Amino acid sequence: MAEQFKMAQPKEYFKKFLENDIRPDDRELGEFRPTILNIGCVSTAEGSALVKLGNTTIMCGIKAEVATPDADRPKEGFVVPNVELSPLCSPSFRPGPPGEQAQVLSQNMADLLRTSECINLEDLNICPGKLSWVLHIDLVCLDYDGNVMDACTLALVSALKNTSLPSVTVDEETGDIKTDPTTLRPLSVSCCPVSTSFIVFDHNILLVDPTHEEEKLATGAITIIAEGGNLVSIYKPGGTPLTDEQMEDCIDRALKRSKEASQLIGETLCSIDR
Amino acid sequence: MASFTVVKTEDLAAEQGKGPACVLRGQTSDLGCLTRQDGSVSLSQGDTTSIAVVYGPAEVRINKEQIDQATVEVVYRPKVGLPRPEHRKQERVIRNTFEAAIAASLHPRSAISIIIQETEDMGSNFSCCINSSCLALLDAAVSMNFMVAAVTVALKECGEMVLDPTKRDETEAKSVLSYVFDSVNLQVLTVVSCGKFSRAEYRNGLVLAREAAKSVFQFYRESMSKKLLMSQ
Repeated sequence: MAEQFKMAQPKEYFKKFLENDIRPDDRELGEFRPTILNIGCVSTAEGSALVKLGNTTIMCGIKAEVATPDADRPKEGFVVPNVELSPLCSPSFRPGPPGEQAQVLSQNMADLLRTSECINLEDLNICPGKLSWVLHIDLVCLDYDGNVMDACTLALVSALKNTSLPSVTVDEETGDIKTDPTTLRPLSVSCCPVSTSFIVFDHNILLVDPTHEEEKLATGAITIIAEGGNLVSIYKPGGTPLTDEQMEDCIDRALKRSKEASQLIGETLCSIDR
Repeated sequence: MASFTVVKTEDLAAEQGKGPACVLRGQTSDLGCLTRQDGSVSLSQGDTTSIAVVYGPAEVRINKEQIDQATVEVVYRPKVGLPRPEHRKQERVIRNTFEAAIAASLHPRSAISIIIQETEDMGSNFSCCINSSCLALLDAAVSMNFMVAAVTVALKECGEMVLDPTKRDETEAKSVLSYVFDSVNLQVLTVVSCGKFSRAEYRNGLVLAREAAKSVFQFYRESMSKKLLMSQ
């Protein structure tokens, strides 16, 4: 009976739960799904992480290659994040070139890296004007069950903290490049930005860490990226207008979540053996 | 890419002598600047200019059809080159903003398209795009739940805030925040940010932007009344 009710009137079904301040998956309104983090799971990549946020699964791998730096920024390397939402993760995606959502997510990741300044691009330089590292950050969604943005950020930051690059020497005279895979230097990541997403249900109820079903019923969404006590980004693309109190509440929760999540990353990094 | 701005001597003197900018740059609008569209406007805020046109409610592509409401489409054309992922993100933010603003349930199974052409970006381009789109929707007489007004605030390294920043203010600033307000309760509809900031800075920016949004709504009113007087 419950199944039919959910199919026929999904919104009413949700409302019945929310009246009792609980969600269909037994969560409180402000409760996150269990977060599972596995860092360094891909041995062939320079850095990697697997994140599970409830059912949502994101795999992140970082591959490094060398390239000539830009002529106007000879002392900087490149970071190229890419989010892939393939038909593997959900029936709503089709094969072919990346859709709008994947492009927006990739752009969000690039913006996050730029504004949080967690990697100094000059650290990626090998020989000014001649050689720099390019970090290809590939984020692949394996299971799409809502709140992909938070899972992507967590995977991205964890994988970056796990990245180590081999030492490269350039022969001044011949220009030969020598790589020494035995000496690995960990990439310095100065901060740990964490994103927290909310949706607005029925124009007034805020739900944290939405599942895909909840996202479909949402009348608005907001994502806040916090790092330490600072805010890296507030991203509220349209939807229901929120009062100032609701916005403050969101910021409060985002700051709290950022502490918890960076602690989780720290603990997981300590527990893996190199 | 070279770009020039012609500055009059008296303007330059005024700029150098002025204190912290707490007013919007001068706005001008040209409603119905194009003829084949349902609504069109060319809006400039200072030297930043964009053209927005609106078609609709019109026929919708079958795969985008929604049975209970109109589909809002936004196309953003940059001044040079082809649209890049950053423009896709901007399109998405603008679309989501207007999906809330347009009374879409009045026109099920139809499309309302907004096309924005950036003509000159001299700072606060996002605000200019939102404001010109809103004016174009008013020009096309599309039913809306509320109007929207966007205001950009730049936070400088020294803690000073600049309302409606120019391109130079934006590059010097440590972060740039854009707020979009609705016309009913002046609540926050959209926020996009670029650069780190603290909670207090967000709050101060909000207060400043909200005050300025009132003058944007006033500007809409004046533009529309001017247009209606002209057509009599």
